[in-house]
Amino acid sequence: MSEPLLKQPLLQVRGLKIGATVYPPGERPHAIEIVHGVDFDLEGGKVLGLIGESGAGKSTIGLAAMAYGRGGVEITGGEVHVNGRDILQSGLRDVRKLRGGEVTYVSQSAAASFNPAKKIMEQVTEAAIFQGKFSKKEAEARAVALFDKLGLPDPENIGERYPHQVSGGQLQRCMTALALCPEPDLVVFDEPTTALDVTTQIDVLAAIKEAIRDTGVAALYITHDLAVVAQVSDHIMVLQQGAMVEYGTTDQIINNPQEEYTQALVSVRSIAHEEKTPTDTPLLRVENITARYRGTDFDVLKDVSVDLHPGQTLAIVGESGSGKSTLARVITGLLPPSQGSITFDGRTLSPDLPTRSPEDLRELQMIYQMADTAMNPRQTVGTIIGRPLEFYFGLKGKAKQTRIQELLDEIELGDGFQDRYPAELSGGQKQRVCIARALAAKPKLIICDEVTSALDPLVADGILKLLLKLQKIEDVSYLFITHDLATVKAIADSIAVMLQGKVVRYGPKSQVLAPPFDDYTDLLLSSVPEMKLGWLEEVLAHRKMESAGN
Amino acid sequence: MHPILKLIAQRVALGLMLLFAASILIFGGTMLLPGDVAQQILGQSATPESLANMRAELGLNDPPVARYFQWLGGFLQGDLGTALTNGRDIAESLGGRLKNTLFLAFWAALISVPLAIFLGLLAVRYKDRIPDKLISAVTLTTISIPEFMIGYVLIYWVSIQMGWFSSVAIINDSMSLGQKLNAIAIPVMVLTLVVLAHMMRMTRAAILNVMQSAYIETAELKGMGMLKIIAKHAFPNAIAPIVNVVMINLAYLVVGVVVVEVVFAYPGMGQYLVDHVAKRDVPVVQACGLIFAAVYIGLNLIADIVSILANPRLRHPK
Repeated sequence: MSEPLLKQPLLQVRGLKIGATVYPPGERPHAIEIVHGVDFDLEGGKVLGLIGESGAGKSTIGLAAMAYGRGGVEITGGEVHVNGRDILQSGLRDVRKLRGGEVTYVSQSAAASFNPAKKIMEQVTEAAIFQGKFSKKEAEARAVALFDKLGLPDPENIGERYPHQVSGGQLQRCMTALALCPEPDLVVFDEPTTALDVTTQIDVLAAIKEAIRDTGVAALYITHDLAVVAQVSDHIMVLQQGAMVEYGTTDQIINNPQEEYTQALVSVRSIAHEEKTPTDTPLLRVENITARYRGTDFDVLKDVSVDLHPGQTLAIVGESGSGKSTLARVITGLLPPSQGSITFDGRTLSPDLPTRSPEDLRELQMIYQMADTAMNPRQTVGTIIGRPLEFYFGLKGKAKQTRIQELLDEIELGDGFQDRYPAELSGGQKQRVCIARALAAKPKLIICDEVTSALDPLVADGILKLLLKLQKIEDVSYLFITHDLATVKAIADSIAVMLQGKVVRYGPKSQVLAPPFDDYTDLLLSSVPEMKLGWLEEVLAHRKMESAGN
Repeated sequence: MHPILKLIAQRVALGLMLLFAASILIFGGTMLLPGDVAQQILGQSATPESLANMRAELGLNDPPVARYFQWLGGFLQGDLGTALTNGRDIAESLGGRLKNTLFLAFWAALISVPLAIFLGLLAVRYKDRIPDKLISAVTLTTISIPEFMIGYVLIYWVSIQMGWFSSVAIINDSMSLGQKLNAIAIPVMVLTLVVLAHMMRMTRAAILNVMQSAYIETAELKGMGMLKIIAKHAFPNAIAPIVNVVMINLAYLVVGVVVVEVVFAYPGMGQYLVDHVAKRDVPVVQACGLIFAAVYIGLNLIADIVSILANPRLRHPK
């Protein structure tokens, strides 16, 4: 009788409903439903990708597999069976045995998810030890083996370090080791590579995939990046606003998507942008810029020279720490360079912000990555956009209102947005308002610093299309800073690739993105996940072959 | 040199400089008072000749800078001068008083600090529920009532009605430790009630702040219980702000308990200082001022050093 008659799947979710309490400005807090009845099964040892944009409920569903609701999130209905038990009906004691034992979790930001005050080893083995799965000694041996398998340097001793003593990519591997250490049946990977640079992402992705395969663990792999999930999962479930859109094998979802929404996700980033030819006189000429931050003893920018032509886009590409945002600070005058000069529209710009003319300030505007923090939450959209109109052009009353409405029309936001507060806007709408604010000054150059990085792919596409359209209408130039090569392909006329403060490759887009490549650009380009099955293996095999060849 | 040693050395040097500055302020401040020591000793009816003689005798005709360094030099060698009112050596009479003050502060701290931290942890564990609200309500009430009031209420209930402890906290060296503790039991209770709320609320706030961190979620998803998470994962990251508020309260226990000393007739430093301020005994006021400043600066220095040591990024640089 003890033998189960039917083989139960490892994870069985039926009619899962999840609610949350929201606190809209000016309204009473109230409960809303964010996941509206989701069903799926996951067999042992298989990987299911949950994909969708922010707000699709994918993380929420992933955490529901651990009977956990983040913040004010509560599971309001349905069943979640793990190894045959409905964990939503279990008491807190049983749920605690499940968490960290049977089901474990890998978060997006390992840097935040490790306790800064404790050594890595202690944290990696903690769950395995107190869940009674292994003794301290066994758990530590297992952790070292996992560190080794995940390709961490010095696996014997890395556990003795504190989280701040290892890099972001290494910490993400440590987090994977933390999740695998208690020998769980299921791991929930919640955007585990999203915060990493592409060249790091590919290695971590490969390490995670290998670890999943070797340990035979099942996984829920949550991401907004379909190209990434295509590399690791057996099945994919597409979610939109808390409901399932499509479910199928990875092959079917990628190569033969049925639903319109899935098709849009698969074909995202397919904006075609014809490259413009450089003019005789560049709008912006950056010459031999070298810069360092005060109180440091190394140059963040080393001898950087680039040109940007009127009505065109120069993309500055690089990974974190490459100096691309510092270049923007130097151009805006926030960080005076130690050497070099900047020519803008035929005149030499003062290196220091306070000594620049109002005209210089007006003609050079910025849009930031986090639209959220770039706007005063206590001001309406009308006030935010109206401010530069008053400041630069002295517009008042009716004239100002008319101009604000024109700008709102240009960024494709309709009537009624003037009186809204930033908190009432979606991420994409906020970024549009920031674009309108920059445009209000009638600038010749807009510096766009990772403006689409915080947005979902489809929303980001919309912003890129808008920027291209506005460039045509207003003849404005963009200095486009990004780490994302797909964005670069979509928008740039010329490209500068940066590495450790230097420009390693620079020229028209068609040249920069065509072989022969230098080593770094090759690494960067080949690391961008492609929307096809087996891409990861191909790239890794190719790299192995090349390094063997050398 | 380990960067942390450098940081600590910097703090210590800063503390010493601060103490030096405080000594100048104390000395300068008492100099600004109308009249001088000679006038104080001889009284209003003194003749100009006797005043001049006295000034010469006390060295008051020397330039102020020279007198300051003489005072400071004496202080560093343990010579605090002589009290004007009774002609006794200040170091001697102050030593006993300081010992008593530290004795009272020690026992008050020994009870209040762990209790405050424990109550803070408990309040976090039962956040927004009855235990949390009860702890907040009670501690906020006791901090809001003037301490002499709490003192008299406790004397009435604990000492007179129940007859448990002595209502007068006079202690002397011939008493045993048990007798002494019996004598100071009620003042210790009063002080505990007074300092509890501040430390408890800071503990609660600091830990709640840490509880928002992603690594607390990691711990929850390891299946750990709340109390264990608070103690193992949250508390080590909340040490710095807690130690800071604890040290400020310890300083208060040493420096600011004059009201309680008066209520219980406790022979501590506060009472000694107040007595001599009333009698315009400048050397005693200066000595007490400098000792209080040293206690404040010293305890805050300890808080700073603990904060530095509690930071793993400083303890284990890359």
